[in-house]
Formats: sequence, structure tokens, C-alpha cells
Amino acid sequence: MVMQAIRNYLKSLFLLEMLKGLLLTNRYLFKRKITVQYPEEKTPQSNRFRGLHALRRYPNGEERCIACKLCEAVCPAVAITIESEMRADGSRRTTRYDIDLAKCIYCGFCEESCPVDSIVMTRIFEYHGEKKEDLIMTKQRLLEVGDRNEAQIAADRAQDARYR
Amino acid sequence: MIEQTLFYIAAAVLVFAASAVITVRNPVVAALTLVLCFFCNAAIWLLLEAEFLAIVLVLVYVGAVMVLFLFVVMMLDINIAELRKGFSGFLPIGVTVALIMVISMVLVLASGYFAGPEYVPLKHAAEYSNTRELGLLLYSEYLYPFEIAGAILLVAIVAAIALTHRRAKNNKSPAPGTQVAVKREDRIRLVKMKTEQQS
Amino acid sequence: MFEFIRQQLWTPLINFMVPEAYQGYALLTLDALTKVIVVLVCVLTAFAYTTYAERRIIGLIQLRLGPNRVGFFGFHTFGLAQPLADGVKAIFKEIIIPTGANKTLFIIAPVLSLGPALAAWAVIPFSEGMVLADINAGLLYVIALTSLAVYGIIIAGWASNSKYAFLGAMRSAAQIVAYEIAMGFALVGVLVASGSLNLGDIVRAQSGSVLNWFWLPLLPLFLVYYISGVAETNRAPFDVVEGETEIVAGYQVEYSGMHFAIFFMAEYANMILVSTLTAIMFWGGWLSPFQGVPVLGEPHILWLLAKAAFFLYLFLWIRATFPRYRYDQIMRLGWKVFIPITIVWIVVVAGLVVSHIPPWFN
Repeated sequence: MVMQAIRNYLKSLFLLEMLKGLLLTNRYLFKRKITVQYPEEKTPQSNRFRGLHALRRYPNGEERCIACKLCEAVCPAVAITIESEMRADGSRRTTRYDIDLAKCIYCGFCEESCPVDSIVMTRIFEYHGEKKEDLIMTKQRLLEVGDRNEAQIAADRAQDARYR
Repeated sequence: MIEQTLFYIAAAVLVFAASAVITVRNPVVAALTLVLCFFCNAAIWLLLEAEFLAIVLVLVYVGAVMVLFLFVVMMLDINIAELRKGFSGFLPIGVTVALIMVISMVLVLASGYFAGPEYVPLKHAAEYSNTRELGLLLYSEYLYPFEIAGAILLVAIVAAIALTHRRAKNNKSPAPGTQVAVKREDRIRLVKMKTEQQS
Repeated sequence: MFEFIRQQLWTPLINFMVPEAYQGYALLTLDALTKVIVVLVCVLTAFAYTTYAERRIIGLIQLRLGPNRVGFFGFHTFGLAQPLADGVKAIFKEIIIPTGANKTLFIIAPVLSLGPALAAWAVIPFSEGMVLADINAGLLYVIALTSLAVYGIIIAGWASNSKYAFLGAMRSAAQIVAYEIAMGFALVGVLVASGSLNLGDIVRAQSGSVLNWFWLPLLPLFLVYYISGVAETNRAPFDVVEGETEIVAGYQVEYSGMHFAIFFMAEYANMILVSTLTAIMFWGGWLSPFQGVPVLGEPHILWLLAKAAFFLYLFLWIRATFPRYRYDQIMRLGWKVFIPITIVWIVVVAGLVVSHIPPWFN
């Protein structure tokens, strides 16, 4: 008991336990670092990645969206605004499809709710806007994003189809 | 020549700061001007080649005593109007005391007593150590007064602590010493036991 | 180099501008000025790169990389230009003075904390004879100046007119007074062992092999001095004065821009100072650890720098390792552990010196 007390006393006097802690951290100094050097290196993305939105088209060039407004209804952030009209052939299509990226929370509900796989979320996450208007994606811009990335979007959907 | 200039600069700042101590309204600023006083004082002592005393003045008074002073002064909530209330009442006494002090100082300083050549500080070579001289004097010629003063101070410290250091009866503040000393073994008992059988 | 500056720059200047009678004084002043500027530039560069080293080393210990982007002319160069970028940023930031703050004191406070930290370098001997002011009371001067550092903090805390800042100031006043005493006593041990207050003489008294340096006979004092140094500079694990998880940043909370940067500078200048002093007083200053070996055995300023750099690294290492102390434990450590240890060991050292114990005191 007394020996124990003396040993503890000496231990704390010569800071042995502190030294142990210091040596431990010093070992970590030389360990391999796990930081990803972002612009040069990137972490792998899932095919379910939820990035910038896009509107898709059918292979014949007709836009998929039928203006059912399910996405507008489900959007928890109220970021989607849709206006629609009846075309000459009797089909219902959107005249306006805006997503306010400043409101969007990237939950992906719009994609889940879409009956025709029209609104989808792409893997794009490096984008910015210099004005507030730049962050409002109009129908035109969404379609452009979809046209540019159709191959990637289709591949991701095909890969995920088994689980849906 | 340079020394005189330095002396007059330090003395002027000292007088200015000393008068500021009693004239400024803000007690924290007053304490800080007192610090400035000590600095100028130390500078004058340095000019007299008393570097040990000068640095110890800064170390003890500026570094420790005035810090605690500031500590206390900052916590005070001083009502200046309240303090100024009795000013006119105390004025005659204050002026009288000040006058007496001024007159006595003028009498002493003007008497020529401090003008003799023995009061001009000696100049020493570069390797002269004021600290060593002071130590030699303190530990030889003035050993007993020095030790007695030390003993008295020690008694005062012990008395001050004994008088003020009382714990309230229902004091619940933890004792860090015992907390730090706790080892794992004091709190945890590792037990080996068989797995219980389902009956 | 100093000779060159004196002959090429100062002498013509003085001949041109100063009357004959004062030329000696002027030359002396300008000579001293050159040296002061050189030392200051070195210390401030060291400060800048200590901040960089701190972020890198703590990052590495936490398996991160730390700042490695900012470089010169588009080259990353391990982020070596980071301190410059930080400095430029600090200079261009707005200095905000809070309403109700005591304006004069608020502005003076950072200066008061930086001043002593830089002034203490006047008596630090970098190598044999390489010292700004070779005064006999050097050790006392250093103690006196390090004890002044608290003023900047207290005044900043009070003048900010902010509760967090005030709490920081209160904590710092109590903490620094406590650890200053332990620090002073530890240095009394050095003074007893070396028999001199002159920092150069203290190094000379340690000449000999590694075992002759004061760290061995004064081991407890060395530990107490270094730990008190960490506490005096308000570094982790004694950084309750800033305590960003409890009182945001303590006394610095209302400061911004260059004002804040000056506090930062003072903290790092103090760290470098404590590291250098530890190297000088306990680890033989500019003396070489390889006594007797032909080239390596020579005393050189690089030895001092290497030792100081190690203790500076220890500051960062400790910060990356230990959690913050609780305040009452800090007070206990200062008053009830360090001061008794130092007092006991001063008596022991005095005994060693009086009885001429080799190899240190023969």
C-alpha cells in the first residue's frame, strides 16, 4: 500500500504518464495521412449521389416531364415551381420548371416521386452562382444539364434499377 | 550629459504620472499610471547604477503587487459622485497636510545637506555588479536585521493565511488534490467469473 | 555584416547630419539599432513560421496535412507562404472597437503584451559574445519582463467591456501570478548553481559534456520551469485564459484584424522566448552535446537554435496531446506542487554547491 503510494508519487513527479501520452501522439506524427487533396484527388462517388438536378428526355427528344407536380408537392423546402399548359396534341407539358438551389436541401424526394423518371439528381456537385439568379435553375438549364449528362444518368439509373 | 537628459525625462514623466494617479477619475487608469510611476522610478535607479533594486522594483511591484491591485480595482464598482461628496469638507485638512509636507521637503532639500560630494553617486567599472555588492552587505553586515525582517514577514504570511483561510462548514467544493490522485484501481475492480448457467 | 553597415550606411549619414560633438553617441545608438532590428526581424520571422509549424505539426499528429496550399508564384511549396497570406489578411481587416470599451486602453493593450515579449530578447545571448546587452542582472531582467506580459491581457480583458474578456483577464491574472513564483524559484536554482545572473555566464558555467549541463542536477527545476513557461504563455493545456470552448477566446474576444494579430505575435514571441531560455539555462545554450568531437564539438549558435527549436516543438506537441486543465487543478499545481518542489530543490542545489559535488560544482 505504502509502496504503491510512493510509486504513484514518483510516477507523477517524473511525468511518466505524460511521457507515455506524448510518445503516443508522436507516433501518429509519422503515420500515413488520410487527407484527400481535393482538386487533384477526389473521393469515389456513389451512383445514388444527389448533386445538381437535371430534367431528362425520351430518346426521341421529347421531354419526359408531364407536369404532374408530384415533385412540387413533395418538396420539403418548397424549392420547385411548376406551371403547365395543354399542347396542341392534347398532352400536358410544363411551361415553367424552376428549382431554387438556394432553397433545395438535396433530399432527392423529387426524384423518388417522379413517375416518369424526368427530374433526376446528377453527380455534379462543383457548381456555383455569382448572383442569386444563377442559383435558380430554369427548365431550359435543367434540360441542358440532362442533355449533357444523359449517358451518366442513364447508367446510374440502370445500375440502381434492381433495388427499386 | 545624456544621463542628465534621461534623468530629467524620467523625472518629468514620474511627476506627471504621480499627479495623474490622484487626479484621473478612472481607478483602473489610476492604477496603471502608478505602474508608470514605478517604471520611471526604476529608470532613475538604473541611472544611479542600482540595477538590482530597479529590476526588483519592476518585478515585485509592477509584476505582482500591481497586478493584484488591478485585479481588485477592476472588480470594484466605484461611484465617483459618491466619493466626491465630502470633497469640500476635507479640503482644509488636505491642504494643510499637503502644505506641511511641501514646506518640510523644501526645508530639507534646500538646507544643502544633500549637496556634499559624498552624495554624488560613484561611477563604477563595467564589471561592477550591484547585485553582488548588495548580497555581500546583506549577508554579512546586515545579516541579523535581514533575517529578522524575513522571519517577521514569514510570521505575517502565516498569520494572514491562518486568519483568512477558513472553510465554510457546508463547503462542497471538490479537493483537486485527491481527485488528481485517483487511479483506475481505486474505482474499478476487474472480476473474473464463470458464465452463469441457465437453470 | 554589422561592420559593413556601420561603415557604408551610418558613418556617412552621421557625418552628414549630426554635429561633431554628438557623433560618437549617434554611432553608438545607430549600431545598437541595427542589431535590435536584426534580432527583431529574426524573432518575428520565427513567429510567423511558428504559427505555420504549429498548424502543420498539430495537423500531422491528427492525421491531417495542415495548410499546404498557399505558395509563391503558383507553386505550392508545402504552403510556406501561409504566414504571409495570414499577415496580409490581418492587416486589411477592420479593427472594431466595441461600444462602451475604454478606447485608449483597448488600443494600448496589445502593445503592452507585445512590448515585454520583444524587449526580453535584449539580454538573450545567442552565442559567445553575441548579445544585444550583456548586463549583469540579465536573469532578473528576463523574470521582470516576463512578469509584465500579464498587463496586456488584464487590460485587454477589462477595456473590452465584455464578460468573456473579463473572465479571461481574471483567470489570467491569478494564473500568471501563481506560476511566476514557481518560475522565479526555478530560476533561483539556476542562479545558485551558476553563481551568476548573467545569462552568458550561466551558459559558460555549464561547459563540459551533456552531463555537465544543468538539466541533470536541476532536473525538477527544469521540469517546473518549462511547465510554468507553458502556463505563463497561456498555451494548452493551461489555456483557460482563452478557453475557446468555455469563454470563446477570453481576452481576445473583442479584438480583430491587426490588433488580434499582435496578441498572437506576443503569445508566440513569448513561446520562442521560453524555449530559448530553457535551452540557455538548462541545456547548455550554444554548447555542443558532442564535447571533444572535432567539428561537431564546437560551440555554435546553431546548437542554441536547434535546442530552442526542440522546445518549441515540445510546446506544439504538448498542445496536440493533452486536454485542458480544470482551473482549480491549475491553481493547485502552481501553488501546492511546483512551489514546494522548487523550494526543496533550491536547498538541495545549495547543498550540492557548498559541498562541491563533481562533476557539476567542483
